[in-house]
Amino acid sequence: MLETAKPSGGDIVKSVTGTLDIKYRFSYGERYDRFFREMRDNKRIMGIACPKCGAVLLPPRPYCGFCYTPVDEWVELSDEGALLTYTVVHLPFIGQPTEPPYIYAFIMLDGADVQFPHILGEIEAADVRSGMRVKAVWAEERKGTLHDIKYFRPV
Amino acid sequence: MTRPVAVIGTGQTKYVSRRDDKNVPEIVREAGLRALADAGLKPSDVDAVVIGSAPEIFEGVNYPEDWIAPALGMCPGPVMRVHTGGTVGAATGIAGFYHVASGAYDTVLAVAYQKLSDGVPQYGLSACYDPLWDRDFACGAPALVGLQSRQYLDRHAPAVTEEHGAMVAVKNRRNALLNPYAQIRREITVADVMSSPPVAEPLKLLDCCPTSDGAAAMVIASEQTARKKCPRPAWFSGVGTCSESPYVPHVDMAYPESCVRAAQQAYQMAWIYEPARELDVAEVYEAFSFQELIWCEALGLCRPGEGGKLIESGRSDLDGALPVNTSGGVLSSNPIGASAMIRQVEAAMQVMGRAGEHQVDGVHRALAHSWGGAIQFSTVTIFSDEI
Repeated sequence: MLETAKPSGGDIVKSVTGTLDIKYRFSYGERYDRFFREMRDNKRIMGIACPKCGAVLLPPRPYCGFCYTPVDEWVELSDEGALLTYTVVHLPFIGQPTEPPYIYAFIMLDGADVQFPHILGEIEAADVRSGMRVKAVWAEERKGTLHDIKYFRPV
Repeated sequence: MTRPVAVIGTGQTKYVSRRDDKNVPEIVREAGLRALADAGLKPSDVDAVVIGSAPEIFEGVNYPEDWIAPALGMCPGPVMRVHTGGTVGAATGIAGFYHVASGAYDTVLAVAYQKLSDGVPQYGLSACYDPLWDRDFACGAPALVGLQSRQYLDRHAPAVTEEHGAMVAVKNRRNALLNPYAQIRREITVADVMSSPPVAEPLKLLDCCPTSDGAAAMVIASEQTARKKCPRPAWFSGVGTCSESPYVPHVDMAYPESCVRAAQQAYQMAWIYEPARELDVAEVYEAFSFQELIWCEALGLCRPGEGGKLIESGRSDLDGALPVNTSGGVLSSNPIGASAMIRQVEAAMQVMGRAGEHQVDGVHRALAHSWGGAIQFSTVTIFSDEI
């Protein structure tokens, strides 16, 4: 794991460069499995409704984080919604799939009570306003990840 | 109810962007020994050690407690590690409080650290997000706090502006000039902040904290030991912790519920009814400038939407009625795992009268706040000069 010792200054060895190279396999579980199959196969965004407090939740999960009630009622959400908040990301770092600058946004899809995280496209950063209406632009090739939506564009 | 517990000694290392002369256990030992010296104790006087650090991915060493415990002379001995995201430093202090308050131990050494220069901090922070959900779009801490800051600014515009965030950055860097442990000690202006390069808008470079190497420590003791060893202990008079989820319905990052609830819990325990009047100083975890205003509102130090007015009025300046971040804050030093304990250390030092050049006169009650995770953990600790 350690590379050949490289003194970083002076006549003593101060540090050595090493890596932890791990490929993870992230498990979907039953709720994400259904959610992402719907995105991939039907271009549908599904929420899950709490029978007790009525909240329509994202990401789908087996219980309501609000009142801890078990939830199992799937609801189709619109792929359109309003921008809750946004930020223009300029900071690059290793492993970032989207090259900065990009507009990261929390979108409140019509029918949902929890924000959906994604990026915006077909708009200049200076023209973005909280509350504006946006709509999903779906990817041609879909694999069952959030990248099945390319980005959200202004309506 | 619990028995009285106090901080009787604190220790810090000089926070720097990269420390080459010492490794992690050596840095932690440096802070720990300083806290013991401040308390007039030796390592053998300690009954238990509580260690706090943020994700192992930062330094690339798992099970760090095994690395650190021997450096503190606690081998064999009772050692517990705490991890609650960015709040871990404060949670470590609170765990030390519980150790003593429960009657299980008399004297506890609480230590927290981070050596961010060993790894890639933003990569580590991005791995805190759900890999199937928001990890690919988020960008470390700045992206999330960019979203939070935008939500806050949009909610209260025009009463709160980007310049108000810049004023926080200016104030805290000015306070850091008086703190020999602070990393960034440089006078800056509002214009400097406003013209610094964007990181995650509305956050600009000078609105953001640095990354630091460093450690902090506190000696936490029972009333009997505190009275014997310390002329003016900082008594734990209120603690509150709260966890929520970033994906609860209608989450409000501009007025986070976990912060409000942690404060309520701590104020109730400390018999505080009007925090803005009854507290003498506050150290809040402002990793990004706008957060100081957001936390002050959620902690009840000013009314919601009046964060801009607060910083403009000078009330939170070092010589104001309620100084905020007298140490220079997270904006001046940020060894992540230790940052929340540094808030407690500063609040305790203010009560003990040991804050040196940044000491505020006549401090009876001091607040330390922290946040962590995806704005889902909050802690509030109140120190008092009397039980």
